[in-house]
Amino acid sequence: MFLTISTTGTPDRPATDLGFLLHKHPEKAQAFSTSYGTAHVLYPEADAERCTAALLLEVDAVALVRRGKGKGRGGAPDAALAQYVNDRPYAASSLLAVALSGVFSSAMRGVCNARPERAAQPLPLRIEIPALPARGGPELVRRLFEPLGWAVTAEPVPLDVRFPEWGDSRYVRLVLASDTLTLAEALRHLYVLLPVLDDAKHYWVASDEVDKLLRAGEGWLPDHPEHKLITSRYLSRRWSLTREAMERLELVRLAEADDSEVEEIDNAVEAESEAEEKPTPLAVQRRDAILAALRASGAGRVLDLGCGQGQLVQTLLKDPAFTEIVGVDVSMRALTIAGRRLKLDRMGERQASRVKLFQGSLAYTDNRLKGYDAAVLSEVIEHLDLPRLPALEYAVFGSARPRTVLVTTPNVEYNVRWESLPAGHVRHGDHRFEWTRDEFRAWARAVAERHGYEVEFVPVGPDDPQVGPPTQMAVFGMKVNDEKEAKAA
Amino acid sequence: MTQAANGRVLPVTDLSLVVLIGASGSGKSTFARRHFKPTEVISSDFCRGLVSDDENDQSATRDAFDVLHYIAGKRLAAGRRTVVDATSLQQDARRQLIDLAKKYDVLPIAIVLDVPEEVCAERNAARTDRADMPRRVIQRHTRELRRSLRHLEREGFRKVHVLRGVDDIENATVVTEKRFNDLTHLTGPFDIIGDIHGCSAELESLLGKLGYVDGVHPEGRTAVFVGDLVDRGPDSPGVLRRVMSMVKSGNALCVPGNHENKYGRYLKGRKVQHTHGLAETIEQMEGESEEFRAQVREFIDGLVSHYVLDGGRLVVCHAGLPEKYHGRTSGRVRSHALYGDTTGETDEFGLPVRYPWAEDYRGRAAVVYGHTPVPEATWLNNTICLDTGAVFGGKLTALRWPERELVDVPAEQVWYEPTKPLRTEAPGGHDGRPLDLADVHGRRVVETRHQGRVSIREENAAAALEVMSRFAVDPRLLPYLPPTMAPTATSHIEGYLEHPAEAFAQYKEDGVERVVCEEKHMGSRAVALVCRDAEAARRRFGVGGTSRSSEAESGGGPTGSLYTRTGRPFFDDESVTETILERVRAAATAAGLWEELETDWLLLDAELMPWSLKASGLLRSQYAAVGAASGAVFPGALAALEGAAARGIDVSDLLTRQRERASDAAAFTEAYRRYCWTTDGLDGVRLAPFQFLAVQGRSLAALPHDEQLALLDRLVEHDGTGLLQTTRRLYVDTGDPESVRAGVDWWLEMTGRGGEGMVVKPLGAVVRSGEGRLVQPGIKCRGREYLRIIYGPEYTRPDNLARLRQRFLNHKRSLAIREYALGLEALDRLAEGEPLWRVHEAVFGVLALESEPVDPRL
Repeated sequence: MFLTISTTGTPDRPATDLGFLLHKHPEKAQAFSTSYGTAHVLYPEADAERCTAALLLEVDAVALVRRGKGKGRGGAPDAALAQYVNDRPYAASSLLAVALSGVFSSAMRGVCNARPERAAQPLPLRIEIPALPARGGPELVRRLFEPLGWAVTAEPVPLDVRFPEWGDSRYVRLVLASDTLTLAEALRHLYVLLPVLDDAKHYWVASDEVDKLLRAGEGWLPDHPEHKLITSRYLSRRWSLTREAMERLELVRLAEADDSEVEEIDNAVEAESEAEEKPTPLAVQRRDAILAALRASGAGRVLDLGCGQGQLVQTLLKDPAFTEIVGVDVSMRALTIAGRRLKLDRMGERQASRVKLFQGSLAYTDNRLKGYDAAVLSEVIEHLDLPRLPALEYAVFGSARPRTVLVTTPNVEYNVRWESLPAGHVRHGDHRFEWTRDEFRAWARAVAERHGYEVEFVPVGPDDPQVGPPTQMAVFGMKVNDEKEAKAA
Repeated sequence: MTQAANGRVLPVTDLSLVVLIGASGSGKSTFARRHFKPTEVISSDFCRGLVSDDENDQSATRDAFDVLHYIAGKRLAAGRRTVVDATSLQQDARRQLIDLAKKYDVLPIAIVLDVPEEVCAERNAARTDRADMPRRVIQRHTRELRRSLRHLEREGFRKVHVLRGVDDIENATVVTEKRFNDLTHLTGPFDIIGDIHGCSAELESLLGKLGYVDGVHPEGRTAVFVGDLVDRGPDSPGVLRRVMSMVKSGNALCVPGNHENKYGRYLKGRKVQHTHGLAETIEQMEGESEEFRAQVREFIDGLVSHYVLDGGRLVVCHAGLPEKYHGRTSGRVRSHALYGDTTGETDEFGLPVRYPWAEDYRGRAAVVYGHTPVPEATWLNNTICLDTGAVFGGKLTALRWPERELVDVPAEQVWYEPTKPLRTEAPGGHDGRPLDLADVHGRRVVETRHQGRVSIREENAAAALEVMSRFAVDPRLLPYLPPTMAPTATSHIEGYLEHPAEAFAQYKEDGVERVVCEEKHMGSRAVALVCRDAEAARRRFGVGGTSRSSEAESGGGPTGSLYTRTGRPFFDDESVTETILERVRAAATAAGLWEELETDWLLLDAELMPWSLKASGLLRSQYAAVGAASGAVFPGALAALEGAAARGIDVSDLLTRQRERASDAAAFTEAYRRYCWTTDGLDGVRLAPFQFLAVQGRSLAALPHDEQLALLDRLVEHDGTGLLQTTRRLYVDTGDPESVRAGVDWWLEMTGRGGEGMVVKPLGAVVRSGEGRLVQPGIKCRGREYLRIIYGPEYTRPDNLARLRQRFLNHKRSLAIREYALGLEALDRLAEGEPLWRVHEAVFGVLALESEPVDPRL
């Protein structure tokens, strides 16, 4: 990992003053030991007209893995194997930012006893970072640096020139130029923005990280148009996440066994915060529709099959009419988050006795699910491969046989109304299919016929005259004589 | 002994709940000690002690009995006779015990010790802990005993033994009696015959076809009739005559069907409806003698509801029986054996809807039954229904046991119009009906024939459940998952982390003389299940069945599967999978393998190339990213160092090091690029099979690798599409230094050209070491360049290698063996036609173990 800082000068303001400002002598190569390897500072050019300081961090990749403590062992990405083969030794990541603040700490504070007046003045600066990991690409790089007074040149680095069809990598070759900033300001920008752009899981936050951000961001961060994004990304690694990382290691291993990335299989839970902070209006409407249908059915004991993070369970708990609420999901991660959301461990005994969460799977029959009044499958079926749907059908309607079953699923016809959704795309990466109203109804009617239920359909969300509602809901009710049998059994 | 000879002999059934009844001091504990095993007896005093530290603390009685009932319940559930040593003088106390016996379907037996009040009092006085028991307590006990004696039978005890007086008790002996249904000592061989319903001619034909001559089999086989001998058909008396004489002469066993049962009640003068063909039987029997009718009545009366045969491996009854009822004795066991379980619903024909008990069946004993007419007798979860509707114009079917062969004769005509068409009512695994979560969930132990018990931890099962449920192909098409493989022991040869010399040495040490080195293909592991056609897939694996009617109608449905090492379908598009299966199928046909292997399906272990086909996400985000970052950073960094050097600054060490790092990074980029080539549709896709895992009726896991490779070569040769690729190999004698050197050279040459490496396998495939330990089925030796992808671009730097050599292989090796044993188990279970849940249990186990923590670089 590598960057250069250059400046130009005149005979009375020689460029080599950069050495004073950085507190590093231009005629020496110096080495500093940091926690992740050795940082070297050297000057490929240094005369009155041009002076360039290079910072090169020799990362000890093997030691990095052994020392780490962040998300996943080694502060490295979750995929355990990725710990050993990663871009940390090459890319200008958060580790470089840490080295920067260590090696140039006085410069960052603007302290320069030898040239105090120059430290306080803007100077012509050119910063080159040949491999900057940038989630958000050149576009975001510009949005982050330009408002600070930088002229930005950001070119994407291709993934592999041999395979042009693979497109660009997440790295950009970045050149920043400015005449209006002091060196200290420049370094503080880098210190904050390198990890923000990296946004990798390789980075972790110490408890004093908030203070560090406030100090380094003083004078520029509060007014930055992207300050929300900067702050949230900078502090995105919360403590609880390290715990989660441990919980999903089994899945990480299964992904690796299959040469897949863990995100491909551990995707049962949406990226944190989004669902948490602002539920989309549709999700609220869906929950309201489910609640109304459940109340109308008179159900007391309810299964939430595929409960995810437990939003619906939480809603149902607020209504004492629901005497027993069981959240079932196949994702242990989802269940952990749901448990935390519901604060199960701190709940009073009476409340806690109303709610249960456990791992289950609709690909198998399950005796624990028998004998309930109602089951909700909200946005569940579309996460199954179509050939596996008969298994779910039997597990729910043939084996568990609740009196009422609510099934919601996207109405694909409505997708043309989503402005942000490219044509022909499904709404979620894990949707194995999305059905039209006719397709859903045909399936639901066949299921009802096969298992002795009646079925009605309820639109959820604005019912568009042409394409219908965004979500479609089927309300299945067991036929009366079948219901008697269920009770007798 | 003489004493005993004079005394009473009390028969006590081997599986029963024995309730001792008697006053305090009547000698119950002594009696129990003398006649039963100490572990069979649970005393209320002991339980009182357990919960209160005082055997005489009456305030602890309620808790003590909770404990007593709990322990008794556990024992009875496990099929163990249990003796309750408590006074049991109150009806309420006895009722709880009778309920317990009923709950576990065992006989409640009462043994009453009726001892004079004075004797009891005397004995209690002699005991320090009971010396102060008031006399009135014993008086009350005696009164209660008198009252109890009158109605013990009516309360539900199936045997009541009353011993009066001290001598009677002293001289009594207990003999253990077997249950009527316990014929485990009979090993047959048997011919089990389905529902006959008066089809006398068909019965005679079938008996003839089975080799019986006038009801006797020359080889001493025993016929077993599953009941429903009578009603509907043309000659119920003829059938009865034949069966009764065979049973009488010891050539047959017979269990009752619901039709005999009803006819028997009619013969006893009970009022029954003459429906469902009973009228025909009554009419036909009118023509028989009164004596014959009396014999029939006696015969039916003496039938036992079900039999457990052949050491417990076989259960025969009329309507099927869940495992918990096997060998049990209660009204509901009899009722289930005769009528089966119904859901309480009736179908559109007005017939009761049967509960698909066989779906839930997980027992080890095969259950052979009849009762429900089906078009074909097929195994489901180790159960089989033999009622193939002879009387409705179907056929009469027999099962040869232990051969498990079906023998049938067609009906001569439709003797009775069926109320509804014959159809498979409980299609089980064949109708999208899933397996049960209890088959896989939580901590489990899987019994394997090669490695004993393999445990699966809860957290690993949880992860496997997630992947299996969300991503895997249908369990019916997932009969196997490949085990992980351990690498060779760490090499200390300079510049190498892995080297084949260690692998050869390890096998030599394990006593394996001859090994095969197989080239490691540069792709992704793939398992292919290839059926000869969709019909074969439907027949053997039960897919494409009735519920996915569109497929069934079009005659389509999958012809197999192609999946990854975690069971995911290789291709999202089913038609791509089918195209590949079709090409393999064509090659197998051209090579004549279907006939030669006597199979209509093949299970193949293979490698699918290129790696980039499946792992493109990983390649791009991880490997190519490292290549891109290093490629971008080094030119600038090196230029800066060279600039500084040119200015006379001493950076030579750093510059040298950075140049080496740049070159390591470039080598890394080259290493991953070898795994990528562009494919267009299936052009460029290659499949390299390296083992036939199983075919119909046979696991091929133990077929020596040279024979394997010979078969595979023929498969590959007959592929006209360029899909199949051969596996290069070299045979090495581990004891011959020349041969070992040739093996090393082969590897050096192959990996020198950028190959991934090789796998060394014992030629004999499944091999045990001298001490009987299962040896590793394969050891991988990965190429020096390939390992950059695993250990990082700079792993070959001497200081890195020194650190990396501290790797620990034991867990990986143990994991490889455990997964291998589960894989073998899955194949054996598959080959033996075991129920799907049994195969799936082992397959699921492999997936679960794959999530155990182990160094991922190994």
